Amino acid sequence: MTSSVLRAPVESNDGLLSDTVSSNAALRRFLYGLPGVDQVGCEARVATLASRSIKTTSKAQALDLAISMIDLTTLEGQDTVGKVRALCAKAQRPDPEDATCPPVAAICVYPDRVATARAALGNSGVRVASVATAFPSGRSTLDVKLQDTKDAVAAGASEIDMVIDRGAFLSGDYRRVFDEIVAVKDACGQASLKVILETGELVTYDNVRRASWVAMLAGAHFIKTSTGKVQPAATMPVTLVMLEAVRDFRETTGRQVGVKPAGGISTAKDAVKYLVMVNETVGDEWLDPAWFRFGASRLLNDLLMQRAKLSTGLYGGPDYYTLD
Amino acid sequence: MGFDYAPALESRSIVDISSSYGLFIDGEFVEASGPSFKSVSPATEEVLAEISSADAADVDRAVQAARRAYTRTWSVMSGAERAKYLYRIARIIQERSRELAVLESLDNGKPIREARDVDVPLVAAYFFYYAGWADKLEYAGFGAKPRPLGVAGQIIPWNFPLLMLAWKIAPALAAGNTVVLKPAETTSLTSLLFAEICQQADLPPGVVNIVTGAGSTGQALVAHPDVDKLAFTGSTEVGKAIARSVAATNKPVTLELGGKAANIVFDDAPIDQAVEGIVNGIFFNQGHVCCAGSRLLVQESVYDDVLARLKRRMATLRVGDPLDKNTDVGAINSSEQLTRIRELSAVGESEGAERWSPPCELPDRGFWFAPTIFTGVSQAHRIAREEIFGPVLSVLTFRTPAEAVEKANNTPYGLSAGVWTDKGSRILWMANQLRAGVVWANTFNRFDPTSPFGGYKESGYGREGGRHGLEAYLAH
Repeated sequence: MTSSVLRAPVESNDGLLSDTVSSNAALRRFLYGLPGVDQVGCEARVATLASRSIKTTSKAQALDLAISMIDLTTLEGQDTVGKVRALCAKAQRPDPEDATCPPVAAICVYPDRVATARAALGNSGVRVASVATAFPSGRSTLDVKLQDTKDAVAAGASEIDMVIDRGAFLSGDYRRVFDEIVAVKDACGQASLKVILETGELVTYDNVRRASWVAMLAGAHFIKTSTGKVQPAATMPVTLVMLEAVRDFRETTGRQVGVKPAGGISTAKDAVKYLVMVNETVGDEWLDPAWFRFGASRLLNDLLMQRAKLSTGLYGGPDYYTLD
Repeated sequence: MGFDYAPALESRSIVDISSSYGLFIDGEFVEASGPSFKSVSPATEEVLAEISSADAADVDRAVQAARRAYTRTWSVMSGAERAKYLYRIARIIQERSRELAVLESLDNGKPIREARDVDVPLVAAYFFYYAGWADKLEYAGFGAKPRPLGVAGQIIPWNFPLLMLAWKIAPALAAGNTVVLKPAETTSLTSLLFAEICQQADLPPGVVNIVTGAGSTGQALVAHPDVDKLAFTGSTEVGKAIARSVAATNKPVTLELGGKAANIVFDDAPIDQAVEGIVNGIFFNQGHVCCAGSRLLVQESVYDDVLARLKRRMATLRVGDPLDKNTDVGAINSSEQLTRIRELSAVGESEGAERWSPPCELPDRGFWFAPTIFTGVSQAHRIAREEIFGPVLSVLTFRTPAEAVEKANNTPYGLSAGVWTDKGSRILWMANQLRAGVVWANTFNRFDPTSPFGGYKESGYGREGGRHGLEAYLAH
């Protein structure tokens, strides 16, 4: 495992892409010039990747890697200070009985719980991520979204998960989506920015690819599938399209962008399938918490149970792991 | 950090391989008169079993058994009763699918993933599909009272041993014919396991007979005067010989022969899926596919992009032990085939094409060939004209749709073609221009029992699969 710290982004090759965002029309032309995604072919590729058989040592490696990539998340109206503290304890030592179990990458909370998380995590290395920008719908004024972001950063968040304006995207106003991401990124200061596309509302894979590019062009450090509040949330085909997008973006600009599927990934088996997909689509360089994350809550316990099963041969059952 | 997949071997213990096999005639395994030969695993060269070689007298016994079964049982049985047997066979195939997949992978060299996910499910699907036709033949569009032809002699190749068996036996039996089938010399084992399944299904003796052996066994079957119908899948050379030998008779023949399919990628194609389709088109089953997309035609404006993506994707192909569940490309079926692939690849280099393979470690024993592409290929090169039947892709370019069509059709073959574009109207236009029996749009190597399959020109005649596939086994 290397660092779980987001690396400073390499500055993009502005000359190559500055024309593409000079106007909505130019941006639209660029996005519609991207190769299309064939739905049947994309889903068939995912089915093949999902049939890989990951056993023994590679399974152990994958389970630990998946744990270290989790953004352990609680985004409920009923979240309390106590719950956030409990989650922070678990984030640092997911399996208290096994010191070899790695910590997760980050805790993900609403802005008003950031300070609690920040204090609970101290200098453990586990980062604090906060959703912002009128999460999950994003239906507010830009001023409110920017203030939301600044509040979270001021409270100690080092990662901001923003939502894009899906209404603007679906109506063809790509430049508006772009400008908003640029503004939020500016408000993030030193914090890194994950851009949530909410792919369940974008519906088509072509839209997912275009939204990925808008976010990357606007400076996103990460592109993220979903808020978890809309169904369907993360799916493998959607994540495959996003992985292809970050791969192609780095080929074009030299800048690497991370990917975070979030919502609906609840089993170790599914997490391993995602890692296989990362491995065979973008390769080793993304197999690192700095470049790939799982936004999840239930996933961690299943990973812990499978991990214990693999090392001890015994399957403890859910009562031996804390509910969050 | 590297993420290497630990070996994930499918267990061989599910399948019992006898040390030697007889012929399956009249519902029983019997000894052959001819000498036996060894069947080896192409991945390890390990001897799997001794296989009997049927001579002309053995073939005659099999044809006589098929004739008796035809006259006394199968042709007078109602379609609904025949369907029961076919459904039963289909269900047993599903129940014993793992066993069949492991044996197919061992004997043929294909990856267990493909045997398990493609071959065996399709085998069951073809039996289910044709079982459904058995009592509905009057509605198939071949006259009010279509009749079976009699005894069908069927000769199948080694690339999809069990699937080709299903393509031959299922429609023949559904239509009321009985069969004598000869599997390829290097891949007899799953046909013999299928014979056991026929016993398990209580199929009346003589309805299905399996005679193993080499070319001379096939010749005896082709030449037998009491065979009413011949069906052959294999090389164009042997197909021509069969056509010549029956030219003076009134035996109907269906031939499914070689191919040199064009896989055509336009500049507006869904590129990532097209790359998957190119890989699937030529590296599926080690390229031992008659309809393989062995000629890639790329529009010049996206050539560099497609080639870069293709090479990157090829570097992730896992070549090795066919029984490892993570293997993508298995072993070449025989040393003879490996020799041919090596020879034609050497010709490609000497003719001036540029050869490229991803770095890939091949096992020491067995028959192996790394996935290979040739760029800078012209229509005049032998590797652009001759069927290599291996994991070797020839890459050519074109500028206009008309040029793509011209190049795609400029071959003596005409089995299949692929078109990759987001423009629906162009797909339809291309499909009308391409002289190939199957045209895949934004996909490749997709098979379905409801869809007819067959060739133009030297790729053969007659259709297998779908309603059309019944016609070859019905008199009307």
